[in-house]
Amino acid sequence: MPGLTQGSDLTDELLLPTVSPRRMAFDRFVGHRAAVVSVFVLGTMVLFVALSPLTARYGVNEAVQAPPNYFLSPRGIAWLGTDDIGRDLYSRLIYGVRVSLIIGFFSAIISVVIGCVVGAVAGFRGGRFDDITMRVTDLFLAFPFLVTLLVMRNMLGAIDWLRPIMGDISSVRFIIVLFAIFGWMGVARIVRGQVLALKEREFIEAARAVGATRWYIVRRHLLPNSVGPIMVALTFSVVSAIVGEATLAFFGYGPQAGAGATSLGILVGQAKGAVNTGFWWLALFPCLVLVTIALSINFIGDALRDATDPRMQKDA
Amino acid sequence: MTRQETKTPVPASTESGTLLSVRGLEKQFQMKAVRGKSGRKRVVQAVSDVSFDVAPGETLGLVGESGSGKTTVGRCVLRLIEPTSGQVWFEGVDLAQLSFEELRVVRRKMQIVFQDPYASLDPKMTVGASIAEPLVVQGVGGDHNEKVVSLLELVGLSADHARRFPHEFSGGQRQRIGVARALALDPALIVLDEPVSALDVSIQAGVVNLFNDLQSRLGMSYIFIAHDLSVVRHTADRVAVMYLGKIMEIGDAETVYEHPTHPYTKALLSAVPLPNPRVERSRNRIMLEGDVPSPVNPPSGCRFRTRCWKATDLCAMQEPALEVRAHGQLSACHHPEG
Amino acid sequence: MSEPILQIRDLTVTFATPLGPLVAVRGVDLDVGAGELVAVVGESGSGKSVSFLAAMGLLPSTATVHGSVMLDGVQLVGASAKQMRSVRGRLLSMIFQDPLSALNPVHRIGAQISEMLRAHQKMSERAARARAVELLEVVGIPQPGDRAMQYPHEFSGGMRQRVVIAMAIANSPKVLIADEPTTALDVTVQAQILEVIQKVQKQFGTAVVLITHDLGVVARVCDRVNVMYAGRFVERAAVTDLFDAPTHPYTRGLLASLPQAGKERLVPIVGFPPNMLRPPSGCAFRARCADAVSDCEHAVPELRAVGAAQSACIRAAELMQPR
Repeated sequence: MPGLTQGSDLTDELLLPTVSPRRMAFDRFVGHRAAVVSVFVLGTMVLFVALSPLTARYGVNEAVQAPPNYFLSPRGIAWLGTDDIGRDLYSRLIYGVRVSLIIGFFSAIISVVIGCVVGAVAGFRGGRFDDITMRVTDLFLAFPFLVTLLVMRNMLGAIDWLRPIMGDISSVRFIIVLFAIFGWMGVARIVRGQVLALKEREFIEAARAVGATRWYIVRRHLLPNSVGPIMVALTFSVVSAIVGEATLAFFGYGPQAGAGATSLGILVGQAKGAVNTGFWWLALFPCLVLVTIALSINFIGDALRDATDPRMQKDA
Repeated sequence: MTRQETKTPVPASTESGTLLSVRGLEKQFQMKAVRGKSGRKRVVQAVSDVSFDVAPGETLGLVGESGSGKTTVGRCVLRLIEPTSGQVWFEGVDLAQLSFEELRVVRRKMQIVFQDPYASLDPKMTVGASIAEPLVVQGVGGDHNEKVVSLLELVGLSADHARRFPHEFSGGQRQRIGVARALALDPALIVLDEPVSALDVSIQAGVVNLFNDLQSRLGMSYIFIAHDLSVVRHTADRVAVMYLGKIMEIGDAETVYEHPTHPYTKALLSAVPLPNPRVERSRNRIMLEGDVPSPVNPPSGCRFRTRCWKATDLCAMQEPALEVRAHGQLSACHHPEG
Repeated sequence: MSEPILQIRDLTVTFATPLGPLVAVRGVDLDVGAGELVAVVGESGSGKSVSFLAAMGLLPSTATVHGSVMLDGVQLVGASAKQMRSVRGRLLSMIFQDPLSALNPVHRIGAQISEMLRAHQKMSERAARARAVELLEVVGIPQPGDRAMQYPHEFSGGMRQRVVIAMAIANSPKVLIADEPTTALDVTVQAQILEVIQKVQKQFGTAVVLITHDLGVVARVCDRVNVMYAGRFVERAAVTDLFDAPTHPYTRGLLASLPQAGKERLVPIVGFPPNMLRPPSGCAFRARCADAVSDCEHAVPELRAVGAAQSACIRAAELMQPR
């Protein structure tokens, strides 16, 4: 029908393969060198830690065979030295990092899931629910994180009926749940902000005009368009949890050595004594590892934020 | 032309051939943050007592400047915004009485095309998915892909555009995609909300032609909301001129353009610069003073009186009602032109 | 014409993009005489805004500018940042489509204008404030003394644009560049702003370059028109000549696509603007031109005199038909 067709619409552009937004974000991410390096560093670490039976040279509580075996500086039998009772620091670091990464990732995932749901609903529904939720969030955010954590740890640990859910106060599970409970607020804020910004966009109105339910809109439009901020929130939650755990352990409140477990935090905590006495390896290596993990995740988070920033997306 | 009666329910089914009947539509927005000088919350009178009909296959142009309320009217008709009061009768059914589920069914028949081609498509979804979305949401069976392809071709694009993303298209193409999406459910009424304002002039022409062609072919009605009078003239059968939430003049398009009876309509027509230097520079232009007043505090009586060169005390005291004029159009003025 | 106040020669602007160099402006020449009101017409992607942003030195660092822009004898291309700061606002001013983005929301209007004055002239605070009120009066703001104490958000769109114009002409610049100044305004306000611009032009003797896509506006106020397409000028003419007898197919296409009185079918220009990452060989318009021939593929056409106008169409003379 004359006039309906655009004629020569097909410029050579359309012979190019289609570029999805996901691909564009990926390309932008890869342009951040620090982030790419961080991915490799973290990846290597995760690999090492995952293959711990193979990569560790000794068990977590095993003492090296050498008289004397305590406070040995780095050498052949103990690559990173030994601690006060002769345990190999290198192996303990591998097990410790494993525990810390588990704590970090799991608590982050749980907080993000909770935060997404709360934030999306609060942002989308608005009104009283939003007001109440945000005030609760503000309340929690107003308290100094560590103090709250310590207090809540002791309080929740003393409640008997929570024990089957959260595990013993000194267990890893307890810490994961603790961080998850107190970590979702930041994510909720971020997701709520994103949802508020998107809510008024016309493609959302278009979905409403077609009769979409609220849940459909959240699921199909709001969340996919919030992936950027959510992923950034995820990475920063991980860092927060890992560093938080390290801090707790430093003060003696971390997962207890109990069944021979150790964590990065405990190792860093043991560095306390080492600094004065000159056994530098006990302080240096755990701290280096902690800083490396935190920095790497931060770089990745920054790059993710840039990569998914809608303002930087190519628009005709 | 129906004689306008404010706030009187008129069952549309008794009016032969009316698709849409709007009576006494009102919309007020609460401005949350700022309180006025009197301490009360400020209220924006976006739409006041608007009534009109749209027949099947007809295009009603809704023109006005910023603050006229035309966009709000469009949204209220589709119930994307809840009116404060008034009735909207679509195919004989009062939309206010419907539940969410019932409304959902009616939504198949009325659709919207938005102004901003860059914001009206979800950037994360392929074009094909966006066009198919109405079918998905409404649970329409059958092969969606086929339907998407036929819609793309109907608006002048091609089948392999379906797998691409919005950012790969120009503004004009995105508008066409928006139109394809609006057509997916074969609606009887489409609200076109400033559909070409964001497009270059040479592209506008193609999209306007598309609207006309689709209407000849498929027979739907349009409510064409625009601030550009000359574009509306090419598509509208009837035109309503709005100012600060009220209809100032409404009637057959050619009549309103050739014989405007409301001073605002005249001023509006006069203000549009004609692309013809000799005519443009020699004609008498009506220059309005000042800006459009704020819809928070509309002037008493006739809302246009603060900028009207014919205003008298009567205009401040009594708000004029729509009355029939010489050529059959309606206008609300105590001192009409012509 | 006597020595033009603004002389642009062979201006080229290239952007470095992740997909390669994008040549947005491909060799542009323009003369603007003192006190003239000249139109630069083009659609999105034509390079019209970029050309003048380049003249003002306002492009990001990803842009490379070549060529010459002479303003009253001063070369602007390659000028130092310090020189450009001295030129902007004093010799050359620019106003944009969105007045709100040019105004600082936390400062009063009067203060913003006096700041403009004192940046370029030696003036006391008091004298500057007085002059600011005078300028507000010139641009037609009622009760200028009171309104000078108000903030931008207390002004409507049309009023804001007047304020921005006042700021732009505060130091009596030789040239004012107005980039789509009325596009975002209501049509009844548009007319007022155009009047203000014309008034300012006459009162201050400022030359005005009006960048627009609206041919109606051009018909109303401009003396000469330059039509831009894909980074180059394709037609120059006096305003009546342009509308009566356009010499370039693009101009003809533009005029044909305008809504006119009477309901005949609108005539769009088929296709769309070329991808400036890979500009086509020869004439950039040929893919959309009903009159294109094989020669159009070869050299990029230069502007040539066709009667009183100039056209970049190699077939201009043979295709000339009065409208």
